[in-house]
Amino acid sequence: MADYRKPLPIPDQYTQGYWDAARRHELVMQWCPHCGVYMFPPDPMCPGCNSLDREWKKVGGRGRVYSWFVVHYATHPDFAGDVPYAVVLVQLDEQEDLRVPGNIVGCRPEDIEAGMKVEVVFEDVTPEFTLPRWRPSEE
Amino acid sequence: MGTTFKDRTAIVGIGWTEYSRASGKSTLHLADEACKKAIEDSGLRVRDIDGVVTFNVNDSVSPQWVAASLGLPELRYHLERWGGGTSAPAMVADAAMAVACGLADNVVVFRSMNGRSGRRPGGSGEHPAPRGEDQFLIPYGWTSFVHACAIFARRHMVLYGTRPEHFGAVTIAARKHGALNERAQLRKPITMQDYLNSRMVADPFRLLDICLETDGACAVVVTSAERARNLKHRPVYIMAAAMGGGPKVSGFSPNTAGFLRTPSHGDTYAKYVAPHLFGMAGIAPKDVDVAELYDEMTFATIFQLEDYGFCKKGEGGPFVEGGRIELGGELPVNTHGGFLSEGYIHGLNHVVEAVQQLRGEAGLRQVKDAEIALSTGVGLTVGGALLLRR
Repeated sequence: MADYRKPLPIPDQYTQGYWDAARRHELVMQWCPHCGVYMFPPDPMCPGCNSLDREWKKVGGRGRVYSWFVVHYATHPDFAGDVPYAVVLVQLDEQEDLRVPGNIVGCRPEDIEAGMKVEVVFEDVTPEFTLPRWRPSEE
Repeated sequence: MGTTFKDRTAIVGIGWTEYSRASGKSTLHLADEACKKAIEDSGLRVRDIDGVVTFNVNDSVSPQWVAASLGLPELRYHLERWGGGTSAPAMVADAAMAVACGLADNVVVFRSMNGRSGRRPGGSGEHPAPRGEDQFLIPYGWTSFVHACAIFARRHMVLYGTRPEHFGAVTIAARKHGALNERAQLRKPITMQDYLNSRMVADPFRLLDICLETDGACAVVVTSAERARNLKHRPVYIMAAAMGGGPKVSGFSPNTAGFLRTPSHGDTYAKYVAPHLFGMAGIAPKDVDVAELYDEMTFATIFQLEDYGFCKKGEGGPFVEGGRIELGGELPVNTHGGFLSEGYIHGLNHVVEAVQQLRGEAGLRQVKDAEIALSTGVGLTVGGALLLRR
């Protein structure tokens, strides 16, 4: 854990809650208390009703692989040792356009399929940061 | 409702520098050279220019420096757009609006960049801090604009069965055209086997799917339709312009962009821009003789053919097969070789090629009797386009 050398998120006032929840091994999404729309990435305003009110709401952490790519040549040197690695865009079960990027674990890149069910797992990469990732799920 | 934009202005001059991997020149130097050539080509004098327009992503020179360097006696209109691929057609439209509304008489529009030896806009060679949207991308190794495009391309493959061979057909056509273009950097024709053998960069994209990072500049001169008729070349009229996108568009962050909230990664900006563009021009896609489509990735050609209405949604892959987008085909696309062969001057080089085609000056790569050309700029969820006619 101590020698984790990859780039870490730089949270801001709109995203701190997301990363704080991840440290607790919870996946939360910004949610509009007025019209009930989830939004990711976080945004100061709800695009549905233009409310500036927002809350963090825990979500189930389940979804399906919507799209993905597999990096064979890393443009960022910190990832050069990981190739080939996959980045997936996961569509969460809560809302059709609620999509979260991340890495997939427990699945070879060549075995990824569109629509495959995945669930969130939490990796404590440093004492300060936990990265949500995704693994294949039967349910 | 009538329009006050259609056919009011024309492109009367074009100019370009050498396109290379290491210019050894500043972006001001490159801009000066391209603007000087475009102004000379127009038949106007440098002192007739009273507007300068450009765009950049903090990688180039401002219009003010170029105006001063050219020695313009007066600057009446200047605009420095911040933006990526969407911007080239949009800034030509900005210049046309300024001329049509009388804010300036003759505007030079340029894009100058050391996109290989200097700042590389695709994200290679620079590693910004994961702030903003990037904090959800970079920690996972989503570090390049290529990766964002790959998400759209994969989704298209999932939804419509688009295959690597479709991408290959686009890059083969680009090389075939580039072989006939003295400006092009990669002029050797390639085969499908060459394409399939090229190394995987970010699956589904191979090296030969991705544009050439390029040093260089090009420029065009925009003036009124009336003045254009008395200048050196046959005018190329700006029929129509459109820019923008649909709901939940994304901008370009310092390194990449996630486009995470777009309703469907199978659709792009062109779906929204096309009706305004063709509506203003009063023509249909079938009236377009040559299309210079922004091709930062092979895949961009495929989705634009669909979303501009040259074929049905999902049929862009089959459409590019069988030489249909090559010279002599149903719709010649990227007759200069595009970004994949000529070089990446961020879309303004596509406008330059469209003008050459409509003037009948494209030599061995001339589309016979080309009367109407489409030139586009892509930012995936946002973009822009011009329809030009002779």
